Amino acid sequence: MAEIRVEALKKNFGEFTAVKDSNFTVADGEFFVMLGPSGCGKTTTLRMIAGLELPTSGRIFLGGEDVTFNRASHRDIAFVFQLFALYPHMNVRKNMGFPLVCQGMPRAEIRQRVEETARLLRIDHILDKPVSGLAGGDRQRVALGRAIVRRPMAFMMDEPLGTLDSEFRDLMVRELRELHNSIGATTVYVTHDQLEAMAMADKIAVMNHGVIEQFGHPQEIYDRPATMFVADFIGSPPMNFLTVAGGLAPGARDVGLKEARIEVPELREAAPAETLMLGLRPEHIRLDDAGPLRGEVFGTEYLGTTQIVTLNVDDTQLKARLAADVRLREGETVGLSLDTARLSLFDAASGRALASARDDAVHAPRTGTGG
Amino acid sequence: MSTTTAHSVVAPGRRTRFVAGLLVVIYALVTMVPLAWIFLTGFKTPPDSISYPPKVVFEPSLEGYVNLFTTRSRQTPEYMESLPPPQTWYEELVRSRHMVIAGPSKFGERFLNSVIIGFGSTFLSVFLGTLAAYAFSRFKVPLADDLLFFILSTRMMPPIAVAIPIFLMYRTVGLSDTHLGMIILYTAVNVSLSVWLLKGFVDEIPREYEEAALIDGYTRLQAFVKVVLPQMATGIAATAIFCLIFAWNEYAFALLLTSGTAQTAPPFIPTIIGEGGLDWPAIGAGVTLFLLPVLVFTILLRKHLLRGITFGAVRK
Repeated sequence: MAEIRVEALKKNFGEFTAVKDSNFTVADGEFFVMLGPSGCGKTTTLRMIAGLELPTSGRIFLGGEDVTFNRASHRDIAFVFQLFALYPHMNVRKNMGFPLVCQGMPRAEIRQRVEETARLLRIDHILDKPVSGLAGGDRQRVALGRAIVRRPMAFMMDEPLGTLDSEFRDLMVRELRELHNSIGATTVYVTHDQLEAMAMADKIAVMNHGVIEQFGHPQEIYDRPATMFVADFIGSPPMNFLTVAGGLAPGARDVGLKEARIEVPELREAAPAETLMLGLRPEHIRLDDAGPLRGEVFGTEYLGTTQIVTLNVDDTQLKARLAADVRLREGETVGLSLDTARLSLFDAASGRALASARDDAVHAPRTGTGG
Repeated sequence: MSTTTAHSVVAPGRRTRFVAGLLVVIYALVTMVPLAWIFLTGFKTPPDSISYPPKVVFEPSLEGYVNLFTTRSRQTPEYMESLPPPQTWYEELVRSRHMVIAGPSKFGERFLNSVIIGFGSTFLSVFLGTLAAYAFSRFKVPLADDLLFFILSTRMMPPIAVAIPIFLMYRTVGLSDTHLGMIILYTAVNVSLSVWLLKGFVDEIPREYEEAALIDGYTRLQAFVKVVLPQMATGIAATAIFCLIFAWNEYAFALLLTSGTAQTAPPFIPTIIGEGGLDWPAIGAGVTLFLLPVLVFTILLRKHLLRGITFGAVRK
């Protein structure tokens, strides 16, 4: 069990910069998820922590020890690969015992440890089967078993649920989190799936183009996205943006739309830029005939418990999450009000979120961003 | 589109299958008939083997095989009378032709040379090829593409084009007519094939397997031996068969560079002379026996070979 600290980590592949100056700390026993679209540098960061890639510059500490240039085999880390990397020429038992054989552990002890781990993962009945015939979920469990059997300092997982079908994935998300709760090992988990990240993580780092856009608790990332990228990437459907007039002073309490003024949480910094973006989540929009906004219904998507209604407001399309029993006709004009206490403002040019009264209550470190 | 007949889009129809089957049978006949003729010739008597019209039905005889393994000399009837009765069936066979066995022929020796040189060079080609293929596939080798092209380019000219330089080189360094010389030569020719074939196989093995082993504490070499090599078995088997077939059948260099101690079977077999010309039954017998090792080797590795040559065609 150990803390993982990454300082000014950078990785270039020739001309291409995969990771730009990353800094973050994963506390001992934390489940840390790196989330981002493909090619954002999350897997490269993970592989550098594991020792499968060497960084161009920067340092990596594992349990306080500088391991930046240690071989992978000298880091005491276990890695679960996306395609599981189960050795096809060995059965389940041999696969799981493989890391222990390397340590020169006596056979009887390996047997005992493997069986113990298999019981924990409920795969003790398939120990003597070849891995090639296993179902996706069982392969996943064997891969996990091979990782935890060694009791390493930390786990690295590279999209381990990516190849499972959605039914298994939900199950494995729960199992993984339960497993983490019971063994409490520091875990770094890479995924592009926000639902996985939200469901499992203690902390999330959202990455884009090699930069950590935001580092924080799942709620923090969802409620107060630090950048427009994060706001757009997290949430389904993503956050809506309305263009509003800028040139605001600290203390401003409302912003101007074309025909209305919208209350916002009190601004804590000046916003000299000409245009700002008002960010609102689909669930922050309510039907309200007395509301300040007017929108024309463009279409609806029925989801069972809720429906997603697309509305044309001020030449912009907004997606609102409304109760499923509301009947709306296409082309109908409706009045809208917003959950003003939960709105965010972004600088349209830089994409950065502006500090507001909503940030007053925050004590957790807000970003781990660099670069 | 017809509404009355439902047929699969991917499975071939009856007529296609019939035509395909017919083509395979014709091809098999064309390639098998010479082999069958050689096999039959091995069991003919010398007069039967050269009779015209050719005999398809004949009384089988082991004379070809006896002649293949022995040298014989013709004796006068008086001398034959004076000999004690023959001890074995093959002595009896030889005496019925008014000859006695003078000693063993060189076929056994030549056959053994073929085994040593063929399998030796196959082993070396596959061994070197495996290591090179792994390095080219996994490491950042400077100028890797150029090196691979260079390796392949050694096969772009007919090998016999360099026969004279090699002949002179071998004579100078004393490799002429040695087992080592022939092994080096065949390895040099085969290694390009083996590097290219095996690189394809290594490329197909996900790096994650080794990375998993590296993280579990194994060294690169251990990871290679324990994780990569077992999964390359198919590729290695297929490559070994191709290398062996080349080294086993090679004729031109063997004829040119070997004459005595290291002569392989291919240049030896056609030179088997009987009374009044080539001893066709003995040659047929020699070719039949010579085919056996490659046949057995191929049958043993057949399963791998089939998977090997279609490897990579379909991604899982």
